[in-house]
Amino acid sequence: MTAPAIELKGISKAFGPVQANKDISISVQPGTIHGIIGENGAGKSTLMSILYGFYKADAGEIFIKGQKTLIPDSQAAIRAGIGMVFQHFKLVENFTVLENIILGAEHGAMLNSSLGNARKELKHLAEEYGLNVNPDEVIENLSVGHQQRVEILKALYRKAEILILDEPTGVLTPAEADQLFRILDRLREEGKTIILITHKLREIMEYTDTVSVMRRGEMTATVKTAETSPEHLAELMVGRKVLLRVDKTPSEPGATVLDIKGLRVVDEAGVERVKGIDLTVRAGEIVGIAGVAGNGQSELLEVLGGFADGTGTITMNGESLPLSGHGADGQARRAAGISHVPEDRQREGLIMEFAAWENTVFGYHHSPEIQNGLLMDNKGIYTEAEAKMQRFDVRPPDPKLAAKNFSGGNQQKIVLAREIERNPDLLLIGQPTRGVDIGAIEFIHQQVVNLRDQGKAILLVSVELEEILSLADRVVVMFDGHITGERDAAHTNEKELGLLMAGITDTSAVANGNGGNENSTQEVPADG
Amino acid sequence: MDFLTLLQVLDTSVRLATPLLLACLAGLYSERSGVVDIGLEGKMLAAAFFSAAVAFYSGNAWVGLLAGVGASVALAVIHGLASVTFRGNQLISGVAINFLAAGMTVLVAQSWFRQGGRTPPLEGDARFNPIELPFAIGPSDATAADRPLSQLIAEAGPLQQFYSELISGHSSLVYLALLTVPATWWLLFRTRFGLRLRAVGENPAAVDTAGVSVVWLRYAAVLLCGVLCGVAGAYLSSALQAGFVKDMTAGRGFIALAALIFAKWRPVYALWACLLFGLFQALELRPDIIENVIGLKVQVQLLGALPYILTVVILAGFVGKAIPPKASAEPYIKER
Repeated sequence: MTAPAIELKGISKAFGPVQANKDISISVQPGTIHGIIGENGAGKSTLMSILYGFYKADAGEIFIKGQKTLIPDSQAAIRAGIGMVFQHFKLVENFTVLENIILGAEHGAMLNSSLGNARKELKHLAEEYGLNVNPDEVIENLSVGHQQRVEILKALYRKAEILILDEPTGVLTPAEADQLFRILDRLREEGKTIILITHKLREIMEYTDTVSVMRRGEMTATVKTAETSPEHLAELMVGRKVLLRVDKTPSEPGATVLDIKGLRVVDEAGVERVKGIDLTVRAGEIVGIAGVAGNGQSELLEVLGGFADGTGTITMNGESLPLSGHGADGQARRAAGISHVPEDRQREGLIMEFAAWENTVFGYHHSPEIQNGLLMDNKGIYTEAEAKMQRFDVRPPDPKLAAKNFSGGNQQKIVLAREIERNPDLLLIGQPTRGVDIGAIEFIHQQVVNLRDQGKAILLVSVELEEILSLADRVVVMFDGHITGERDAAHTNEKELGLLMAGITDTSAVANGNGGNENSTQEVPADG
Repeated sequence: MDFLTLLQVLDTSVRLATPLLLACLAGLYSERSGVVDIGLEGKMLAAAFFSAAVAFYSGNAWVGLLAGVGASVALAVIHGLASVTFRGNQLISGVAINFLAAGMTVLVAQSWFRQGGRTPPLEGDARFNPIELPFAIGPSDATAADRPLSQLIAEAGPLQQFYSELISGHSSLVYLALLTVPATWWLLFRTRFGLRLRAVGENPAAVDTAGVSVVWLRYAAVLLCGVLCGVAGAYLSSALQAGFVKDMTAGRGFIALAALIFAKWRPVYALWACLLFGLFQALELRPDIIENVIGLKVQVQLLGALPYILTVVILAGFVGKAIPPKASAEPYIKER
């Protein structure tokens, strides 16, 4: 066996009282794809930040190709042949591809020679790895998939031998993700070592050679991918058996609750984001809206929730809702029986600095039952919050704690508790499990299904296809502000939805007629 | 209005545009790196005082200039410490610097010179005197011919008038300021330093992950800003005027900021913006000209307000969008 491309020995790192990494040892063979999986806050990102020189480990050693290496800063990581593709790209948006690639790796004090050299080198890299991208295009004009290629090219231009990718498929369409993995395969063939950080068990199972699981700052296992199963990995991540599919019976839709006709939404910049859609949601069903982020789903939720204006008609239980001006606000929507779990819970769902108990009444703070004469019945609210937190298994169940001190999953449970327990006719729920750990996902999904079984209508927006497929009864796909297709969740598959998400409406080639229950056993995403 | 009057107005415009231009380019370096600087005014004021004071003692304008730059750079370092090292609020730091300079200059001036917060008038080499370019009609020709200079110029041909009145006869700092424009353009768009500087103002995380120090780049920009503000201040007290008086910057730092927005953070546009604003200031001194040209009496206060009005118009997006560097005013905190 050759020397490992990277070997970490006994890495520990604490932030104050929080032990983010505890005595972590890992060894990655050259020319392999090594997956790292773990829940939110398990310490994956901290570990990679140590490897890329962002943080200094409190203890432990790093060996690159058998050589002990100190990585005090990113410059040193780059010198050691480590390249990093961050989840949020580190690109200068109004620079060209070429300028972004040479930034920090210029050939001299003058730009002209650097740009010339880089252009040649880029052509070479494009041929070698199939990474085509126009060097003179400005980043902001590129698709997300191409921006990611630029990140990979940046690393390769710096002669990276080890490439770390942090949640690389979160922002990609399924087709773009496939392309990415083809590129990664090619890189592996050329002898590069790839570390893939992801929360998607499917990616780990399909593309990695070995996988390490992290839990609460510790490396709980490193196994050969071929010798494990998603269930086993999930159990290693959470520390207990996890139900990887949503337990639900077929839906029994009733009367139409929400009826949208010809809805159009123009955003602040004057761009039309929703371009005339028709949609109904009936009682007792979950309608899932699939689509790559930014195709109008968020705007749809905002209009329904009453914090953006639109045109068209929306009727709720037969009554028309105003879409702008007076009566088109969150207060009025709640009065009409609509509850909303917003996509960005930290900005729109909670006030992070406020205590949990206060957060359990926002939006409903005018309700007569929590008033005490002129004042609010704080004692009552507090007691009720305590009970709510028990019922929704919020940990820690301390109503006095500020919202920001809860983990993503527990923050989401606070929002859910507030919105679901109001007994709405329609629940709008955006990205319910974004940044939520796998144990909490199970719980949240169950709550949504329970609400459905009580005969409520649910409109779900999620960029996680697996989530849509496992939770929704009916799937509607949005692309560029239009609805490109509608499918029965039980009779479709990821490939077909992927095409619709890319705006391709002819899906006969991949349509899955006998899909049946296969999709409801899809695994759920593990975290953010 | 005759040609010579026009030349005179333009000549004054250039003189008045010079401190604006220097301060504007100073702001450009700082803001391009993502550090907003509303302390241009204070740095200019401090430089104006210290350059005048040291020029008075040393009798040498260049020594004064060095002192002015030193004072301005010292304030720039404070701004750098507050906004880069300690990641404080850049606006508050800038405001504090403006107040500090406004009070400190008068206080020190009073303590040193006891002339009511001003420096004694500067004479001879303690000032930056006009440079007479070759072949231009200047004071030496007037002495030789023993006739008033204005008469000599009035008798010359239009080209010579243009050359002698508008191009020649400025102090060296005016020419220096004009040269700073192409130099800044070159530095920003043709060098590695410029690429990194522009990048750090747009997305410091990109620079950081590329292994380049965000802190040092921003300090470099803030220091360059200090140097240029220093020159601008020295120009005010020892070239445009002959000595320091209380609050002599008179809002020029803010007009320079307005010009920076007007110029959309580009060096060559900055030149045109500052010349335009300089023209407004020149016309403020000669309201009679406007009255002659357009036949209406225009309030000089309106002219004084024009730079700000135009900036608001620009910011409102009427004349194309003015998009500031994306990371403006945001301290960089490493995070993942």
